[in-house]
Amino acid sequence: MEHIRTTKVEQVKLLDRFSTSNKSLTGTLYLTATHLLFIDSHQKETWILHHHIALVEKLALTTSGCPLVIQCKNFRIVHFIVPRERDCHDIYNSLLQLSKQAKYEDLYAFSYNPKQNDSERLQGWELIDLAEEYKRMGVPNSNWQLSDANREYKICETYPKELYVPRIASKPIIVGSSKFRSKGRFPVLSYYHQNKEAAICRCSQPLSGFSARCLEDEHLLQAISKANPVNRYMYVMDTRPKHRMQSWWATQKDIGRIIVRISSKIWNDEKIRESDEKKRLNAMANRAAGKGYENEDNYSNIRFQFVGIENIHVMRSSLQKLLEVNGTKGLSVSDFYSGLESSGWLRHIKAVMDAAIFLAKAIMVENASVLVHCSDGWDRTSQVCSLGSLLLDSYYRTIKGFMVLIEKDWISFGHKFSERCGHLDGDPKEVSPVFTQFLECVWHLTEQFPQAFEFNEAFLLQIHEHIHSCQFGNFLGNCQKEREELKLKEKTYSLWPFLLDDQKKYLNPLYSYKSPKFAVLEPNTVSFNFKFWRNMYHQFDRTLHPRQSVFNVIMNMDEQNQQLEKDIKDLESKIKQCKNKQTDGILTKELLHSVHPESPTLKTSLCFKEQTLLPVNHALRTIEGSNPADNRYSEYAEEFSKSEPGVVSLEYGVARMTC
Amino acid sequence: MDEIEFSSTGSGWGPRSEVLAVGWGNSCETVRWLLPRGLLNSCPAGVASCPASSCPFPSPRSPRLTLLESVLLLGPRPTTGGMEFSELIRTGRAQAKLLRGPEAPPLRGTLCVTGHHLLLSPGPQGTSDLWLLLLRSVDSIEKRVSGDSGTITLRCKDLRVLQLDIEGVEATLDIARSIEGLRLGDAWHFHPPERYYKRVARETNAWRLSEVNEDFSLCLSYPRAVIVPRAVDDDALARCARFRQGGRFPVLSYHHAPSGTVLLRSSQPLTGPQKRRCAEDEELLRAVLAGARPGAPGFILDTRSAQAAKQARVTGGGTEAKAAYPGWKRLHRPLERGRPLQESFVRLVEACGDLEQSMDGWLSQLEACHWLAHVKEALSTACLAARGVEREEACVLVHGAEGTDSTLLVTSLAQLILDPLSRTMTGFQELVEREWIQAGHPFQLRCAHSAFSHACPKHEAPTFLLFLDCVWQLGRQFPLSLEFGEGLLLALFEHAYASPFGTFLCSSEKERCLCEVRTRTHSLWSGLNQPKVRRKLRNPLYVPNPLAIWPSVEPQSLRLWQGLFLRWIRPPEPSQVAWEKVWQRLASKEKTEGCEPTSKPQL
Repeated sequence: MEHIRTTKVEQVKLLDRFSTSNKSLTGTLYLTATHLLFIDSHQKETWILHHHIALVEKLALTTSGCPLVIQCKNFRIVHFIVPRERDCHDIYNSLLQLSKQAKYEDLYAFSYNPKQNDSERLQGWELIDLAEEYKRMGVPNSNWQLSDANREYKICETYPKELYVPRIASKPIIVGSSKFRSKGRFPVLSYYHQNKEAAICRCSQPLSGFSARCLEDEHLLQAISKANPVNRYMYVMDTRPKHRMQSWWATQKDIGRIIVRISSKIWNDEKIRESDEKKRLNAMANRAAGKGYENEDNYSNIRFQFVGIENIHVMRSSLQKLLEVNGTKGLSVSDFYSGLESSGWLRHIKAVMDAAIFLAKAIMVENASVLVHCSDGWDRTSQVCSLGSLLLDSYYRTIKGFMVLIEKDWISFGHKFSERCGHLDGDPKEVSPVFTQFLECVWHLTEQFPQAFEFNEAFLLQIHEHIHSCQFGNFLGNCQKEREELKLKEKTYSLWPFLLDDQKKYLNPLYSYKSPKFAVLEPNTVSFNFKFWRNMYHQFDRTLHPRQSVFNVIMNMDEQNQQLEKDIKDLESKIKQCKNKQTDGILTKELLHSVHPESPTLKTSLCFKEQTLLPVNHALRTIEGSNPADNRYSEYAEEFSKSEPGVVSLEYGVARMTC
Repeated sequence: MDEIEFSSTGSGWGPRSEVLAVGWGNSCETVRWLLPRGLLNSCPAGVASCPASSCPFPSPRSPRLTLLESVLLLGPRPTTGGMEFSELIRTGRAQAKLLRGPEAPPLRGTLCVTGHHLLLSPGPQGTSDLWLLLLRSVDSIEKRVSGDSGTITLRCKDLRVLQLDIEGVEATLDIARSIEGLRLGDAWHFHPPERYYKRVARETNAWRLSEVNEDFSLCLSYPRAVIVPRAVDDDALARCARFRQGGRFPVLSYHHAPSGTVLLRSSQPLTGPQKRRCAEDEELLRAVLAGARPGAPGFILDTRSAQAAKQARVTGGGTEAKAAYPGWKRLHRPLERGRPLQESFVRLVEACGDLEQSMDGWLSQLEACHWLAHVKEALSTACLAARGVEREEACVLVHGAEGTDSTLLVTSLAQLILDPLSRTMTGFQELVEREWIQAGHPFQLRCAHSAFSHACPKHEAPTFLLFLDCVWQLGRQFPLSLEFGEGLLLALFEHAYASPFGTFLCSSEKERCLCEVRTRTHSLWSGLNQPKVRRKLRNPLYVPNPLAIWPSVEPQSLRLWQGLFLRWIRPPEPSQVAWEKVWQRLASKEKTEGCEPTSKPQL
């Protein structure tokens, strides 16, 4: 690789992030084409994928060497001290180059080879079939049909080819509506609730501010509400906070005036005269202030609902603040909570959750269809639609179903993964943790409903790992059209089959899929139900984690149970066999022999038992961090030796502890 | 107790008891304890009517159990209780509606006030739910009258808030006054003590059991027997006691067998402004070091700041002078106690009660109440003490001022971290008995009121609750290492504040002796160790862990104890259901394993 000048640096120190006494591990740093690897003196390896690197900083030279701080998108933060400045500089420059690629073709996915042949690769990509998913929901049916309007991405570049629309919506209506909606993202079906015959639809904001109305759009909305035979009115949910639009209008009034003039010319609306225009402008400001974007008067049977989810920029800086607070050394409880509050992160999570609950309630309680939109309809809209479907449909709470949900509401509907995750060296203002928020909302649901999900926290963390890793093709690109152009299905692999192969790791042992209680989730969004997700934002800071895992124990227990039950069955069938033999007149000696404790089946079961008990003991022996030296209060202990260093000698005997 | 059948009918037993129960049922949600066999035997026959037809017992709970609980709750009044409670009851009955929080449905029925309990009986045609409340658990009462009816709001010491809507103004006022008068009364039921010191004394030869405090003349708050260095005789101890506040001379709290070093506790030395010294006290600490491994250092962990320790000299207290105690080094780890701790508790409970507040409001209140900061400080100080004993192989003496609050918090938590035995069900009960009850934590003063009381706090402080919270945090970080579950901690919290058992009564051993608590009351421990209760309180996932458990004390690792602080506010959590599922799994595992020759006996 042309960017790599130094491949190996020895005597590098890895500092403990939270230690105030600069405790460190010494080891060797290796730089490969795809990874940065640190192997410490205990042969423990730390792998960092270049694509995970969000920020590399070279700090001022110190006496011990040149500090290099690497912040990763998966919230790992490492602090190296490289003895020689030149090495540090080389690595710094290489990482700068390697972590920010300019072309998709340079991403890891295009070189990653998991040793699969082409047909396996193709099978992997075909694992999730959205047409199949819509069929599962019950469309097409008498009210909804597949539209081929966007077959060549002509109407909307960021939508998938297959779109489901009301049967009575004709192609001209669709085309007309798409012209009225930002980026051509007209209202389409996202989720169909078979029992209630109600639908979740999604779109982008209307351009009504300037063009007043669009009859085709009004028709399309009519068609959506008519497609619901139970309830004639429908909801239009604008996921943006009201106050933002107010202030936007306040500052944009002048621009708005100009645009109105231009647009009135474009739309060739000659009726609008100067005085009318003023009136209209005021009305528009009012509308933005109170009622929303669509002009309510023009849409009958529609109820407008605002839910205040902030935009991507607010979310980005909120996470930034959160990470700053948590990275503080010697953080006090007060600082932690005031930082958590001022970052606003949990407030935003709650807003997303509240919106999804509103959506689910509209469908379950009122039987009403809901149209969700934000500005472009690919960030907040994806969050709300997917989370709403997750609350309504228990299928999405299975491992496979969750993949389908992500594939449908995020990947196919054009959530801009590459821009939001910063896969390429692009505009940093486009980066935002929108998908991370979605995962966090799901995590909060798993906390409130521990039995309702087939998957566990590790599954969410693994998905989060891979939206940034660029190791698989799924999350590359910003929309389906772009993905097709990149030929991802031919050149890269899909993540989902790999997750399914590892399914055992991601199973929730408490999952009870049969329970009717968990058909529709009704989470409680009282403030105290929202907690800081330590295992996400500190997933690599093992010292902060609980030292023993209940889940693992239960999984082991279950496995043991299954094995034992199998053994019982085996033995029973053996006994049966023997009895049969006995009746056949064969010597009883043999019977004695076959049920003897040293029979092969029993033996294996005993062996098995010892083995399965081991992991538990093993886990105990290596209770990670259960070692005073690993915890920060050990620094208090330095008081033991502070003023009288000659009298008290300190020894950190890890060996004694872990024996 | 399972063998006992109830068949008799009647409406009372004996001149002083009043039994008003009408319909029996399964919903005695306030009843979380079972009472021992002994009491039952003393219980006169003839309890209450329970015609089988009106008593369908729809729940899987044993009808006998419910009856039994009720019998015991209404149980015999001690004849020497002092005041006659029936004089305080102004109205026995009234029609009322009970609201039990946002999630539970309201209950309607006849409200009855007895000497110790408030009962709500829905009547024979009702849904057969009898509801009971121990009057001593009421923390504050608020009455409001409007028109023809009145409302009484009862805030309980276990943080529950209940609302009673009562028909009739007079009835409301009378009932409120009755509750007001009765909730202050004392309950007496009870048991004999255990010998906690035996194990500690067995472990080492350098220490002896001294009965120098046999008549409580040396120290009012110590038990009769204490463990002291073998080299120090009783006369020296007597002089030592005069040098320590409240006579609390240094005694053994925990002997760490692997390192051969010890954890001690005491109160502050009375050095005063003249910097007095006491040769016997110095000798005692010297003997401690001599008894441990040769060359072991000593640390004195003062739970006050250096400043506060210095200031204490003005009032006659102070701290050990460096020169006078060679080999001992002083550390200061200030821990909050007394009023600030109580205020922190009150503010936290207030914040938890406000369901409407915004995310920001909640987080800022959680920060402002400082409760979790206290948890962090308590845990990290305990870790420091434990580290001193385990890693530095040093002897550690812990004291604050009186040595009855934060001192006990630190020594008991340090033991839990270090000692695998104290993490068992029995071991933990012994730890609480030894390090809190016998060690003279003034429960009567500290737990007189909980978070809702309007009375200005004088001696109240939730030090014991803070201890339980820290234990809960340990249990959360090491979910397999504690033999008991959250249930035991909740039970201890409840009983420390209001209990039909004698275990948490009084403030010291001396008082307990004077009140004859042991002969006239029943022990909570025997209640909790009933096989059925014990099973419920157990942690199903417990695997003995021979290592020390070092918790993380980062703010990110500590959590609000929702099971306690939001117990009555939060709707019944699906996570509880999940936990029950874990139980079922375990039961099925035990079943399958039962036939396995290698199965390990649990418990």
